[in-house]
Amino acid sequence: MVFVGSDDQLTVPTAVKIVIAGGFGTGKTTMVGSVSEIAPLRTEELLTEAGVHVDDLAGIEGKDTTTVALDFGRITINTKVVLYLFGTPGQNRFWFMWDELATGAIGAVVLVDTRRLDSSFPSIDFFEHRGIPFVVAVNCFDGAQLYTVDEVRHALDLDDSIPVVLCDARDRESSKAVLVGLIQHSMNRLEAAV
Amino acid sequence: MTAREDWWYDEAAGPLVRPYAMVRGRTRPNAPDLHLVTQVRASSFASDQTSLTVEHREIMALCARPLSVAEVAAYLDVPLVVVKVLLSDLIERGDVIVQNSPPQIPDRDLLQAVLDGVRGI
Repeated sequence: MVFVGSDDQLTVPTAVKIVIAGGFGTGKTTMVGSVSEIAPLRTEELLTEAGVHVDDLAGIEGKDTTTVALDFGRITINTKVVLYLFGTPGQNRFWFMWDELATGAIGAVVLVDTRRLDSSFPSIDFFEHRGIPFVVAVNCFDGAQLYTVDEVRHALDLDDSIPVVLCDARDRESSKAVLVGLIQHSMNRLEAAV
Repeated sequence: MTAREDWWYDEAAGPLVRPYAMVRGRTRPNAPDLHLVTQVRASSFASDQTSLTVEHREIMALCARPLSVAEVAAYLDVPLVVVKVLLSDLIERGDVIVQNSPPQIPDRDLLQAVLDGVRGI
């Protein structure tokens, strides 16, 4: 019989997470990589016929297995707390993965490419409906900033309480500022709820 | 104590079968509360490792420092479900200790710590 000492328990840190969402090609993994202390890792969930997770089988019939890839990074906050940043899987049919990612999350960053605004609608709907705090970060690809923050807010029909910021996902300081904005937004929401 | 059970894999069966052979076809971990970010660490009171499989021993080596379930899966390059089953074996043996609370929305103090931490990187 092996006994687990209480000293052992003390050295297992608390883990928190932030979800980086958005449509295909909006720079999710780029943002994870620009702030993570490790090169982004990839883990895969293998779904089989036995995997009852899949709520929409359209498109996977005839296949025994399918794979959902998750890219993620890590920021060690201190010896007791570690923050993980998870990019959402690109394919929308893997909503069950989004649920696992969002459960207990500090909140989400929804990355937006103004050239394809509509690709961010599913992400925004997901977090709005579940009451998960989120900020919208407009990723400014090489001069592709075609609209102002107000125009983006209007086009996405966002509530005034949802922060909208401009960012460059490749830039560490810019991505840091987005995360800081999200954490502050979550704190404000928490205080407003008390 | 878990008795060493024989396990096998068929080399000809290819990469999709092998991960499941590793866990002898099990797809449901005994420890149900293993989430992506659940922290695991090798116990300093780990038992005799000679009865462990290569994969179990690799996990023990990785978890010399605390890691998330997702990190163990990524470093081991096996699907999440497989690593959850292997970790469950080690948790049952008392070789791996686990943060046993499910993911919860952080409170204000925790959020403040994360805010300070992110500002400091």
